[in-house]
Amino acid sequence: MTVAIALQLAAGAVVLALLSALVSFFPAGVRRLLALPLFALAGLLALVAGVGALFHGGVATAELPLGLPWLPWQVRLDALSGFFLCVVGVVSFAVGLYAPGYVRGFAYGNDSLRALGCFTGLFLTGMLLVILANDAYMFMVAWELMSLSSYFLVAWHHDHAANRRAAFLYLLMAHVGGLSILLGYGVLASFGGDFTFAAMRGAELSFGWASVAFVLAFIGFGMKADLVPLHAWLPEAHPVAPSHISALMSGVMLKVAVYGFIRFVFDLLGDIHWQWGVAVMAIGSVSALMGVLYALMQHDLKRLLAYHSVENIGIIFIGLGLALLFLAEGHTVIGTVAFVAALYHTINHALFKSLLFMGAGAILHSANERDLENMGGLLRRMPWTGLFFLIGCISISALPPFNGFVSEWLTFQAALQAWQLESGVLRSIVPIAAAMLALTGALAAACFVKVYGVAFLGQARSRAVRRARKAPLSMRVGQGVLALLCLLLGILPTFFIDLLDSVPQQVLGHGLTRASAHGWLWLTPISRETASYSAPMVAVALTISLVLGLWLLGRGIRRVRRCDAWDCGFAPPTPMMQYTAAAFAQPIRRVFGLLFHIDEGVEPQEDGRLRHRLQVRDRAWDLFYTPVARVVERAARQVVRLQSGNIRIYLGWTLATLLLLLWLIA
Amino acid sequence: MMLNAWGLALLQAVLYVALAPLLAGWVRKVKARLQNRRGITLWQPYQDLYKLFAKEARMAHTASLLFRAAPYIVFVATWLAVAAVPLVTTSLPTAAIADVIVIAGLLALARFFLALAGMDVGTAFGGMGASREMFVSALAEPAMLMAVFTLAMTAHSTNLASVVEYQLHGDTILRPSYMFALAGLVLVAVAETGRIPVDNPTTHLELTMIHEAMILEYSGRHLALMEWAAQLKLLLYGVLLVNVFFPWGSIAQGTNPVTLGIALLLVVVKLALLGVALAVSETVLAKMRVFRVPAFLNLALLLALLGLLSHVILEVGT
Repeated sequence: MTVAIALQLAAGAVVLALLSALVSFFPAGVRRLLALPLFALAGLLALVAGVGALFHGGVATAELPLGLPWLPWQVRLDALSGFFLCVVGVVSFAVGLYAPGYVRGFAYGNDSLRALGCFTGLFLTGMLLVILANDAYMFMVAWELMSLSSYFLVAWHHDHAANRRAAFLYLLMAHVGGLSILLGYGVLASFGGDFTFAAMRGAELSFGWASVAFVLAFIGFGMKADLVPLHAWLPEAHPVAPSHISALMSGVMLKVAVYGFIRFVFDLLGDIHWQWGVAVMAIGSVSALMGVLYALMQHDLKRLLAYHSVENIGIIFIGLGLALLFLAEGHTVIGTVAFVAALYHTINHALFKSLLFMGAGAILHSANERDLENMGGLLRRMPWTGLFFLIGCISISALPPFNGFVSEWLTFQAALQAWQLESGVLRSIVPIAAAMLALTGALAAACFVKVYGVAFLGQARSRAVRRARKAPLSMRVGQGVLALLCLLLGILPTFFIDLLDSVPQQVLGHGLTRASAHGWLWLTPISRETASYSAPMVAVALTISLVLGLWLLGRGIRRVRRCDAWDCGFAPPTPMMQYTAAAFAQPIRRVFGLLFHIDEGVEPQEDGRLRHRLQVRDRAWDLFYTPVARVVERAARQVVRLQSGNIRIYLGWTLATLLLLLWLIA
Repeated sequence: MMLNAWGLALLQAVLYVALAPLLAGWVRKVKARLQNRRGITLWQPYQDLYKLFAKEARMAHTASLLFRAAPYIVFVATWLAVAAVPLVTTSLPTAAIADVIVIAGLLALARFFLALAGMDVGTAFGGMGASREMFVSALAEPAMLMAVFTLAMTAHSTNLASVVEYQLHGDTILRPSYMFALAGLVLVAVAETGRIPVDNPTTHLELTMIHEAMILEYSGRHLALMEWAAQLKLLLYGVLLVNVFFPWGSIAQGTNPVTLGIALLLVVVKLALLGVALAVSETVLAKMRVFRVPAFLNLALLLALLGLLSHVILEVGT
């Protein structure tokens, strides 16, 4: 398969995604039969196209008869876009499998399934087009299509005022970010003379102007990708969408923002400077740490997962920052390792975050519950969902032999080469970022012990959860696909790193062939002496010893006699005596108390009982959002003075503006 | 030669499992003597394990399948982590399979399931133990990684065998970064193996338990596996401290049986000395309140980070 065919397949994926949007307007029977299968098929086709482009490693371009008269839409498929097509495709495929069971739960609700299907299709179309775009104009149109259609998906449950507010916030942030990206492209276009990416690549920018473009792109894409301190909108917006949409938004849309950043900075901008690397790494580390700490404080499962997206995007940006830093200093090999680590974490996060959101959706579907404090014992009610969710938890906690560990290992390996840097300041910044990454990983494990322990283990804390039913088959299959992939990417990293090797080859002009230089068993990113990890052997050793242990001690699966819980001889515990999510996180809340806005207290109720009140607010609201909102409001109040209501004065203003602009141009 | 090395690796793994209860028994014995008690025999931990394996395992009504699987996973993950640490020779293939980050990852995997098992039955003590364990490890794990990263950066390798070899061959100058890393790692080892002053392995008061609270519901062979895994972890940190910081004599670089025998003897002596040090510190120190532990672990993290920074600032390029 050549890249040209892959491009045609990608075009087919776009058409199928559009069709799945169109089908939603047909009668309910047709819609049910076609919409989601078409969606899954679009995902599969995108995946195939992406793998084809990665495998071949070439470039294919085409022009579409759309767009402006002097600027027809240009599309291009290369290794980088191929990789991101894979990310979008694989998750969309799994979501397409999962969604039929999930959407059936809405059949008797008030909200329009037609709108849901239509915007889901358009959302996928937008994301695919962003990845395929080869000029800034088409990129921005596709970007807006993606943002707007996801706005309607966030606002889909519009009965609650809180959801509408979250959706508005999302729209606002998406557009501020979009504006920033547009200005970034504007800088590049004014030097390149054209809006096509090809012209932008050729543009010669001074350090100052390149930095301006970089900062604009970093703000714009960072806002979409959800970096601290711009992150506060995401934990509001993503959880209120239907769960399969949350999976798409957190798992895929954030990755599209990562794609935009990589395309802009690594591909279009040309020369790289270490100052950018430091900025990206610093923001990434802070995002990772703050994301996981805020996640620990949540008890709404979907909000918690959304905060973990902040964390994981932070980890991806740590990798990208390291790559920028090392590349700018001339250490290509290490820069490539960091770049590959970031890419690997990108696909990993897409897989396990979608998997976890699907699990949250399954619980929502079966028990109508999002609050961890009401869950418990779900593993026995929903064994398959429980197993897949456990795999997601282990993967996101970066534990071997699953996929999250591989990318974190690679990131550490890159950071450990800091001694090669010439500047002492840079040498000492990199280890601090590594320390923050280590802290993040450990805290993430704590957080997912909390999630899994409170939700799936122990005893049910509410009636609905006690009676939860198994999730429908389609949902289990969708989750199973992703869980399997999490395992595969964990135990066979060399295969996947070989496959995506054409991305660094194309973007950085330098591949990472050493990673598998010692055979598929050994992952050796830098050299065999420096570091090696044999994921297949660790996995095999784990399996063999487990089986041996079970065989020796368990002698098959013997029946174990059951009794009451011992609990040190106290009275048999009731579900209410279990540790809650808030209790679990209490030590960490106390140690990191300064970083949160905590409102905690015990207040007596009317019936004489006491009630514990705990609210943890994001400090970003007080430090960033509220001041900005206040400034905007104050500015708006100043503008009000112009509004006298007299049309002649308005016309005068218009004339003055026109004259000013004419004077500026002339 | 190749088969020989793999056979040795297997032998080393078995040796670790066999030796782990002995170290735990030794520490208990020394501690008892320091406290003017006669104490148990050295073999008591073996007898305890034997007794537990022979006994019937019982499970609470509310326990799930994870509760049954967890002891096996915890034991196997800890065992694999230990097996990758060079005991008497650096020329084993195991160190290349799992470098020091993987060892930390395997320990984290074991801890993950240990904490989940604690929460499975749904008792308050189990949850409390799990919460505190994850809280302690969240601060201890980065400190451990930073400490070993100092060594890894000095040796330009995260492979433990290479780190040890670098130590053996390198000039024996006193590096400030090593002192910081050693101090940090000692503090981490105390916290991670659940010793005084962070946790008390012999406590009988539920509210002060961390590790014991998590395995409160286990019995029979399940409990035996959990106990054994804890002893393995103690041995792992012991060998890590001894062989990475003081490898001279106790670690050979070939597979010559004579040198291996001498090395084994020396490593046992060194571990015994370390056990005495642990017993002394457990006797003179009192257990801390839980909320003193962060200060303790922040100190460990700070020391380890200082080690790393002093390495990259002072020692690189000179």
